Amino acid sequence: MAEVTNNSGAKKLHEPLFHITRKSAVPFWKASLIRAIAIFAALVACGIVSLILIGKNPFYIYKTMFDGAFSTKRKFWIFIRNAALLLGYSLAIVPAFKMKFWNLGADGQVLMGGLATVACMLFLGGKMPDAAVIAIMLVASIAASVIWAVLPAIFKAFFKTNESLFTLMMNYIAMGLVTYFINRVVKGGSGVLNPIGYANLPDIGGAQFAGRKFLLTIIIFAVITAFMFIYLKYTKHGYEISVVGESENTARYIGIGVKKVIIRTLILSGVICGIIGFVLVGGIDHTIRSDISAGRGFTAILIAWIAKFNPIFMVLMSLFVAFLEVGSGQVNTVFQLDNSAFSSIIVGIIYLFIIGCDFFINYRILLSAKARETLSKIGGIFKKKQTREEPEETVGEETVLEESDKTEDGKTESEITENDFETAAEKEDDRI
Amino acid sequence: MIALELKGITKRFGSIVANEGVDLQLKKGEILALLGENGSGKTTLMNMIAGIYFPDEGHIYVNGEEVVIRSPQDAFKQKIGMIHQHFKLVNVFDATQNIVLGNGKKKFNIKKSVSEVKEISEKYGFHIDPGKKIYDMSVSEKQTVEIIKVLYRGADILILDEPTAVLTPQETDKLFAVLKNMKEDGKSIIIITHKLNEVLEISDRVSVLRKGHYIGTVNTSETTESELTEMMVGKAIDLNIERIESEHVSDRLIVSNINCKNREGVKILENVTFTAKSGEILGIAGIAGSGQRELLESIAGLQKIDTGEITYIDPESGESVNLRDKTPTQIRELGVRLSFVPEDRLGMGLVGNMDIVDNMMLRSYENGKGIFLDRVNPSNLADSVISELEVVTPNSHTPVRRLSGGNVQKVLVGREISSSPKVLMVAYPVRGLDVNSSYLIYGLLNKQKENGTAVIFVGEDLDVLLALCDRIMVINSGKITGIVDARTVKKEDVGLLMTKTFDNDAKEVEDGGSNE
Repeated sequence: MAEVTNNSGAKKLHEPLFHITRKSAVPFWKASLIRAIAIFAALVACGIVSLILIGKNPFYIYKTMFDGAFSTKRKFWIFIRNAALLLGYSLAIVPAFKMKFWNLGADGQVLMGGLATVACMLFLGGKMPDAAVIAIMLVASIAASVIWAVLPAIFKAFFKTNESLFTLMMNYIAMGLVTYFINRVVKGGSGVLNPIGYANLPDIGGAQFAGRKFLLTIIIFAVITAFMFIYLKYTKHGYEISVVGESENTARYIGIGVKKVIIRTLILSGVICGIIGFVLVGGIDHTIRSDISAGRGFTAILIAWIAKFNPIFMVLMSLFVAFLEVGSGQVNTVFQLDNSAFSSIIVGIIYLFIIGCDFFINYRILLSAKARETLSKIGGIFKKKQTREEPEETVGEETVLEESDKTEDGKTESEITENDFETAAEKEDDRI
Repeated sequence: MIALELKGITKRFGSIVANEGVDLQLKKGEILALLGENGSGKTTLMNMIAGIYFPDEGHIYVNGEEVVIRSPQDAFKQKIGMIHQHFKLVNVFDATQNIVLGNGKKKFNIKKSVSEVKEISEKYGFHIDPGKKIYDMSVSEKQTVEIIKVLYRGADILILDEPTAVLTPQETDKLFAVLKNMKEDGKSIIIITHKLNEVLEISDRVSVLRKGHYIGTVNTSETTESELTEMMVGKAIDLNIERIESEHVSDRLIVSNINCKNREGVKILENVTFTAKSGEILGIAGIAGSGQRELLESIAGLQKIDTGEITYIDPESGESVNLRDKTPTQIRELGVRLSFVPEDRLGMGLVGNMDIVDNMMLRSYENGKGIFLDRVNPSNLADSVISELEVVTPNSHTPVRRLSGGNVQKVLVGREISSSPKVLMVAYPVRGLDVNSSYLIYGLLNKQKENGTAVIFVGEDLDVLLALCDRIMVINSGKITGIVDARTVKKEDVGLLMTKTFDNDAKEVEDGGSNE
């Protein structure tokens, strides 16, 4: 930036080099394009980072990430199942979030469901037919999760307590209860409950079918997705949720019982969390640990937000996040990294770009006349050299302006165009 | 001598052009009125001078020198101060503390500041108690604090954004006297307004904006109301509001002795008693926040009342229906056709992020089959409202927050009158609307009156209330200070009723005494 100022000579007025103005609504294809370019830019940035940190060819790293999800049938099914689980958590929080009820307690709600499930398996397994135990497990799991979800809702509805803190704290109580439970039932103090052989959820398909252990989970969450999409968009309940979320005053004005809607919606969240706990314990782990959710309740928030609370977009986003998780796991294994720091950095960079690109969808950057003039001059020089190094203006996170054809003509609005993302990536690279 | 000059100022918000190539000149020691309809870009333009926004294009000159104003601090350095429409004061501080707050000095000497504040007050003729807390102040006092704050920081150029919108006629007169004193003292003043009579009364020159463009400047002494309107609207307009004769007048809604308190336990409504009649427009006048909102909300079932009765008289059967302690849903189920256009359109009457169809559904979404919504009827209703009220929108699936103020109001009013109400309550229905939309709304209210609806109209512009309504009820600190015939009453008398708190308190004390 200093360079530009110097080139334009001493200025009496100190006009700002740029300022930011809001864009009007961007058409869907353009927003999608910006997002796609952001992902591409993120990959470029990740490539440079990995080159510097572990000295490997970035394309090899990307290939390894793909291998993590697609190299074997089993890996593929695990990838899809993980996506389905993530999607499940997002679906559980989305009705509440749409209502602006910030439920940070999905982890705890699932954990309570899992605890109820494992208790049923442990105490009823073998004493009655598996089918009966499984039915009881489902009911118990849903009941436990609903209690955990509806408590903060009741307090919010009647006493206006802060639901974020409340649900967050309930997570720790749930973890404590699970640890207590394990210590009570496991003799010898190892603190680990071995997998229980009774009342496991059935496989689907023959022994030859690679997805037999995973398909049930996937089907369950596919059904919930379809349900949630219809529920939010086409039912009276969904409409009430939207109205309460957008404006409680409007809800009051037309006579929607706000308390009723809050409690009802959190019961629904609890039901879905109960199903997740049931699937996680009954179908996947067959045991319980206090970290059984592995923080998915928080990742789900990211998924739901980026997908703008639309269940269909949430499917895509869950696939993407699950891909990053299995991919970075594969990177750790293949490159024999001691810890997951590197893969966390990669995933972090990708998130940064995806979230940061909203800035370019909603705002544009206007340069002052002086800066534009200087930029086009510098642009001219660079054009002669035939290089792709660009002069830059930095705004906030990683905003960069590129010399474009428009700037060449000198009649530009200096609007940030999609092209600028490439330079944004390069800028990121330079900094690192 | 030119105090402030703007050349070619342009400001865009996305695809909306708020100002385009605006030129403006403010002479030293004059009062310039900036006139334009709502949405014509007056406030945006002034915000750029005050450092709130930065112009996309154009230049600003102060005393002939070009300046760049990037922040309110920059504006103060150029001795420019703006009094915003919505006050920016710290409620728990007193007047002096608010005035010295944030002036950049490291040490405060409150005693000295108090005497400085007093000095400024005396110089220009303000009446202010420097030690009075903001939360104890009336709107007019708060405005005074804002003006002194700007003067205290040494502003020579003052910008007032719609200062009279919240004032009674008497307070407006006082303000204008102060402005004239400041002008004598050599201050240059820009006053934003859309009230023509005030423009003619106070200003030296008038600059007009229309749809973000600069139309022209005229000397106040050489112009007329109709010329200014034409500049402002772009065509000649008949400014007379029609008042049709009432027919079939009968009692429709009887409110007797209602009292209510807000959450803090402060009395909001006190012994309010009145009757709204069919085929009549009942105006409610009062300073903003005198209990108008609570009154309408308690009728609509949104505000709990402590004592009193609200009775609706069914026009067909003649039966009385008790509306007290009923929720909006229960009122609907009782078959009472009560419609309510609240003051807060996007925050209460509509949902900004929902499209027009979904907003049409707000009152009727429960009519769908089973658990599902029916969007067919609301969609038809949306289309008919759009075509009948000439709502400017790309289609019925546009979120209402993207519509302009006038069109938002048309959607809301359109929905509320679509159920052919028997009682229609409207709160500030033309606030923020351009002249054409305002007259369209007045026409709709007259139409409802003709259909035999009891219309309750809460307004702020006394001229409009006097021209449109049949009776005017004046509310003052939650008490009714009078119900007058709009055809015969004088504007000044209504103004007096709006402010006669003291008399009322005195009367109350007497009553209290006699009861014992």
